[in-house]
Amino acid sequence: MSEPSSSKISLLTWIRGSGFAAFVVGLSVFLASVTLSDYRITGDTLQELAENGVIKEEHREALFAELAPLEGTYYSSVRAFLADVDRKISETNEGLGDGSQIWEYDRGEYKQALARAAATGPVPDRTTLFFWLSLVLASVGAIVSFVPKIWQSTAGIKNDGVFFSSAKSRGFWGIALGVFLIGFYIALYFFPAYIVNWIRLGDPVSQALRGRPADRWFFYGMMYTVVLLVMAVRMAVHYRHNRYQLVRTASISFFQLGFAFLIPAVLESMNKPAYDFKNAWPLDYDFFFDWNINNLTSGGAFGWFILFWGIGLAVILVPLFSYFFGKRWYCSWVCGCGGLAETLGDPFRHLSDKRLKAWKVERWIIHSVLVFAVVMTGLVLINFFSGQSGEPLFGQATPKIRKAYGFLIGSIFAGVVGTGFYPFLGNRVWCRFGCPLAAILGLVQKIKSRFRITTNGGQCISCGNCSTYCEMGIDVRWYAQRGQNIIRSSCVGCGICAAVCPRGVLRLETGPEEGRYNEVSLVQLGQGRIDVV
Amino acid sequence: MKRIVIIGNGIAGITAARHIRKRSDHPITVISAESDHFFSRTALMYIYMGHMAYENTKPYEDAFWEKNRIELLREYVQRVDPEKRQLHLAGGRDLDYDILILATGSKSNRFGWPGQDLPGVQSLYSLQDLKLLEHNSRSLQRAVIIGGGLIGIELAEMLRSRRIDITFLVRETKWMDFAFPREEAEMIEDHIREHHIDLRMATELDRIEAGADGRVRSVVTKDGEEIPCQLVGLTVGVSPNIDFLAGSGIETQRGILVDDFLRTNYPEIYAAGDCAQIRNPQPGRRPIEPLWYTGRTMGETLARTICGQETAYDPGRWFNSAKFLDLEWQVYGQVPPLPGEGEETLFWQDEGGQKSLRIHSRKDDGVVLGFNLMGIRYRHELCEQWLAEGRTLRYVLENLGAANFDPEFYRQHEAALLEIYNRQYPGAPLRLKRRRGLRHFFQLRKAV
Repeated sequence: MSEPSSSKISLLTWIRGSGFAAFVVGLSVFLASVTLSDYRITGDTLQELAENGVIKEEHREALFAELAPLEGTYYSSVRAFLADVDRKISETNEGLGDGSQIWEYDRGEYKQALARAAATGPVPDRTTLFFWLSLVLASVGAIVSFVPKIWQSTAGIKNDGVFFSSAKSRGFWGIALGVFLIGFYIALYFFPAYIVNWIRLGDPVSQALRGRPADRWFFYGMMYTVVLLVMAVRMAVHYRHNRYQLVRTASISFFQLGFAFLIPAVLESMNKPAYDFKNAWPLDYDFFFDWNINNLTSGGAFGWFILFWGIGLAVILVPLFSYFFGKRWYCSWVCGCGGLAETLGDPFRHLSDKRLKAWKVERWIIHSVLVFAVVMTGLVLINFFSGQSGEPLFGQATPKIRKAYGFLIGSIFAGVVGTGFYPFLGNRVWCRFGCPLAAILGLVQKIKSRFRITTNGGQCISCGNCSTYCEMGIDVRWYAQRGQNIIRSSCVGCGICAAVCPRGVLRLETGPEEGRYNEVSLVQLGQGRIDVV
Repeated sequence: MKRIVIIGNGIAGITAARHIRKRSDHPITVISAESDHFFSRTALMYIYMGHMAYENTKPYEDAFWEKNRIELLREYVQRVDPEKRQLHLAGGRDLDYDILILATGSKSNRFGWPGQDLPGVQSLYSLQDLKLLEHNSRSLQRAVIIGGGLIGIELAEMLRSRRIDITFLVRETKWMDFAFPREEAEMIEDHIREHHIDLRMATELDRIEAGADGRVRSVVTKDGEEIPCQLVGLTVGVSPNIDFLAGSGIETQRGILVDDFLRTNYPEIYAAGDCAQIRNPQPGRRPIEPLWYTGRTMGETLARTICGQETAYDPGRWFNSAKFLDLEWQVYGQVPPLPGEGEETLFWQDEGGQKSLRIHSRKDDGVVLGFNLMGIRYRHELCEQWLAEGRTLRYVLENLGAANFDPEFYRQHEAALLEIYNRQYPGAPLRLKRRRGLRHFFQLRKAV
């Protein structure tokens, strides 16, 4: 390779800078767009709501009657608007009988729908334009800022300045990003009415794929996919010398785009259950909930197929594949949570806690969540099968447990903490401490699997790159420096330890179980003791 | 119970301490003037480059030492008194020992160049050197590195990570010509230049000039060329750090002289690691080998001896590895720069100059003597096994796929090496028996 000329280098720097500027503009438009609306209920608003069916039949007339006096009132703030709507819903409830009250869940949905329908201003008027100016511009800008790196520097491990970076080392920008992500998740899960303008930005894609406007879960899925794919480009540029990383990154991108995003959307447009075929129980914790089973069993042959696939995935494929390939086949090749962690989260992998104490805490928490998930699913299933004939087991406890799981684990742990804490605790907080599926995969990996990270004889120099960049907080060096293969239930097989090793010490391998747990002493090595996979 | 004192908390001293603790309850004290805790010297460069923090370079958590009853003492040993079995510490205290382990490592070489002690001239070995480098890096634009070895190239990589211009003066005509055959040396040289480092082979330092501020201003080469710079990195090798032993009665030469059991002329004093000089090194090994793994092996070996299981130091067959910027290197066995009498070498190199494979063997019986790999990782244990068993080149080539240790999905180049062999010896063409691939995933029994 010839040395690039300085004019070429400055051109590349300029291109990257422009890309970054475009990204900042796109991000700013995105951030601003959430506030760029006034709210006004008109006859059209109510008409729209009546048509899209969000407001239930039994509430519609009473609620619309209560809302009628608000018609024409301008709100410049979404808070004021929602406060009034909230009050009107309460007043509606007073007039409704006990049997037809607007409960908590519906109240949230109605507020969201009303905010969306009542919003006026540039974002609702020119949604497609804003879609291009925010999401598309930011994505293209980010990609343009990543790609020229290929010609700017040689391929290889380039972690220069990671520990000096404000964004990557819990400095100002890291904290800012964490706060933004946490806020995003809290708004998405608990206050969607405040971000209807963002949700609306999903409309162009949603209309194209499903022929209907975006709801918050579609918007979230779209954002997730876009961020994952854009950051997958960064990952591919960063590790372009490493084919394991390239193939793996392509795989997680494929599964996110196809399995998690496109297929469910297309299924929805065909009025089939929107199912993510790679999402296995118990990560997919509501798969065995009564409403889902009812939904699937009443969904014809396709529904039954999904039911059997879901059971087969959890009961047969998960343990079988983990036996052959280790946990990685799921966690860092297929899974959506893992996919985001390996792309958006890659710059934060070194922030994972490596202390022995963290490992202890990890084992307690993750296995508790697993027990929680199993007990909950068991109760739900028992009640499902005995539900028709008598009192539910433990009375009304099961729905409460279910709700607690959904809130604590499904929303707070997996979402708010799992992703929001990337810049604070590293990119695998959820996968390491919380995911019940990871716990199962880990048990298989530890007890009965062909997977291990092989340590290459006496080459380790204890530098600690492997431990530093292990996103699961495994002290890889502890094993490598004593010539021991690394077999840890938490290892997701991302392969970064092997990539950053300057001495070629580590290799992710699958092979016969015999000799998987080993230890090669250097003194013995001198005497010709051999242990080979 | 014997009171064991270890001077030096590097890899040799610490490995000895850990293994003595595993095997016994002797009280252990480790003394270091450099740092409170054991850290990985090999990772110093990564701190400077921002790949790691100092905390990440510690292989054991701080609580580990107390838990394992290994006392750590931050002190400097001024003098050893073997007759009284006593150490005199800089702080004024004396410390008694029953068994003393000297693991004091190395110090950087300086060969009496004019200006070598100017501010802005430094070496890179210790934590203190790293701090000094950080200090010297302020408003640093151009550095000159003297000495083409492993520390020199590390220093170059460190400074390049901060976009500092580098002129790299190397005395040898070919890169590390004592270790590398010409092809590999040229690959490394090209690779260094590709990283915008001004590499000058066959260029020697004459003197270092000071500016008006008393700091280094430039270096002058033996050819008379003056190169302006604000930093001079002297990376011309290391030698045993044993000055404090002068007059103690402990026999030294370049290093501390030790027998096969790493014992000095005093039976209760041992030496391990960089500072030890083996009186009768094994064939193919040098008396002083400042390497990470030799320090580790010595530490473990003498822990056995001290705990009652007399064990002779046996470094085994030669191996080593390093990374030159992005280019990884591994060697197993003997691969001299030029094949000796009755030896031959089989070499393959990729077109981009990023990867190469070399197998060195004897002509008459075909026995393989060594492997040299650039940009490709090989399996230590298997290479070691082949060398120990005296396998022939033909056998090794046919089974070469099994030795590949690159990550999954990497291109495998063993077939290309076989092709070269088959062209040279068209009689009975070899076929690669084992290539790693998908079926390997499902292979159920051990293969080798």
